[in-house]
Amino acid sequence: MRGNNGSDMAVVGRGAAQAGPAAAAAGARSDGQPAWWRGHATALFFMAPAFVMVTLFFLAPVLITLGMSLTDMATATGLSRWQWVGLDNYERIVRGRFTLLILGNTLFYVAVTLAFNVLVGLGVALLSTHVEPKAGGLVRSLWLLPRISPSVVYALMWTWAAADAPFGVINQLVEPFGVAPRFWLASDPWLIVILINGFVGASMGMLVFTSAIQSIPEELFRAARVDGASAWQIVRRITLPLLKWPILFVLTYQTMSLFASYEYILLTTNGGPGLYGTEVWSLWAFHTALSSYYGNLEFGFGSALAAVLVVMGLAISFVLLRVFRFNDLVAEPRIEIT
Amino acid sequence: MSRETVGRFSLGSLVPYVVLVLFTLPIVILYGWLFYSSFFPRVEGLRPVGAFTLENWRFLWAPETVDQLRNKPPIIPLTINTLVFSLSTALVVLLVSSMAGYALSRLNFPGRRTFLGGVLLLHAFPSVTLLIATFIVLRQLGLYDQLLGVILVKAAFELPLGIWIMKGFFDTVPWELEMAALVDGAGRITTWWRIVMPLVRPGLLALGLLAFVTGWNEFLLPFIFMPSGTQATLSQLVRSMLGEGRFVDYGMLTAVGLYYVAPVIVLFVFAQEHLMKIYGGGVKG
Repeated sequence: MRGNNGSDMAVVGRGAAQAGPAAAAAGARSDGQPAWWRGHATALFFMAPAFVMVTLFFLAPVLITLGMSLTDMATATGLSRWQWVGLDNYERIVRGRFTLLILGNTLFYVAVTLAFNVLVGLGVALLSTHVEPKAGGLVRSLWLLPRISPSVVYALMWTWAAADAPFGVINQLVEPFGVAPRFWLASDPWLIVILINGFVGASMGMLVFTSAIQSIPEELFRAARVDGASAWQIVRRITLPLLKWPILFVLTYQTMSLFASYEYILLTTNGGPGLYGTEVWSLWAFHTALSSYYGNLEFGFGSALAAVLVVMGLAISFVLLRVFRFNDLVAEPRIEIT
Repeated sequence: MSRETVGRFSLGSLVPYVVLVLFTLPIVILYGWLFYSSFFPRVEGLRPVGAFTLENWRFLWAPETVDQLRNKPPIIPLTINTLVFSLSTALVVLLVSSMAGYALSRLNFPGRRTFLGGVLLLHAFPSVTLLIATFIVLRQLGLYDQLLGVILVKAAFELPLGIWIMKGFFDTVPWELEMAALVDGAGRITTWWRIVMPLVRPGLLALGLLAFVTGWNEFLLPFIFMPSGTQATLSQLVRSMLGEGRFVDYGMLTAVGLYYVAPVIVLFVFAQEHLMKIYGGGVKG
């Protein structure tokens, strides 16, 4: 790990501990096996619970997902009478009648929501740092509300906003513009799905961009203003170029989150209306393996669908870790709201 | 960062405010609607129909009179389940994260770097993709359809963030005090618990709050891993009421929804800067 103060400190810490009588065990490390084990017994004690939980709920599931994707495991075969089927499940994905439709849905959903998230997040960050700090802080707090609210309550509000006349708020708001009242969740499901996810997702970009903007030295802005630059020129020539890395980071991070997440779609359209109207890849995996309409939960096929996302998730996480120095971005408090 | 000249009114300086208000309006409307819908018999769009009433809140004192709740678990046990779930999750996350965070910050042991790298990788990794396999793991452990199982899964999913945060807080603790204790013959574990843990209280508070709130809000994990609903949480109730589609009594539903979200909003208002310490860096979604 780059820039890791912790490791230096740990080394120093160990050295000093050896000076004390309590660290006799650590000092005796080279004396043979039992002493070596005792030297690490403390570490083992501290690490054991985390190690067990990470193994059970991250490592094992990754391996099980990959392994199970090569089987025909389903409630029909039972959890014990399954067989290895090689790459059959993947072949089924490639040849599936609905694969292209769902892939298209997924790409559309990810692309549009991503654009919304990043553009709105950037807009709110830029504007809220250019108004009175108190007002800007209040706006950012409001934008965090969807993120800190239970997903079911947030989905409830949108379901209601999209409801049929005479109830829906959306109907009432667009009425003056001559839009006929309708049941938006059925007539324009993508609009609602993208808005519901967008208003949650934009706050991530907003937080990252706000802290990036606030860390730009004030002199840069002052110099530009002295030279007579307009507000737009300042944003265009100074702020945006300096936000290049945060923007790329948020784009990468959110691409993966959007591919993987389906909670709000499940709670609003549940992949409808009709057959696969707003079904996306991750929801398809969920429906196949954990909530089948036909009563047969296909763990094998669902795992193959999920394995595609798992492998993609691991690859993108690795990129985030290496290219963006994710550790720097998550290392310290990034924002203060007044 | 207000850069306009003081005392001179300029129309241009109003533009950012106007745009911000327009952008933020949907959120204000949604939450405003949730709030006042729960106090009127019926709301059409944003127009209340009828007079102010507490009728919608009678699920608290007279649940037996609410048709919609007849076949559902009563609200108080659901609230207690939700509280037990989120508090237990927070406690597990705090304990396991601060143990591992301490070891990663202070001790040198084989695999330390690998584990640290792994924790970071998992922090960026979308754990929701693992739910199908987690189902198998829980079945094998005999923890499927049990609150304990869901608590462990939820806590595990919060661990990468938790361990990283706690390690960061331990890194900032100057370790002279710790060294003095070790020299005096106290063991590592005693030193950690008695000397170092009290010094990272702000970290524990921030992480505990975050874990509590995400636990309180959690929908997917109890929904998938506790299908029989004997230990259901509030999210299940709202979801099942929402699932009744167009026939749902929205007045009642908004009251239940507000009852569910209110503690989170209150916590957010009062503990904002603590939560923000983590939300800023650890956001998912």
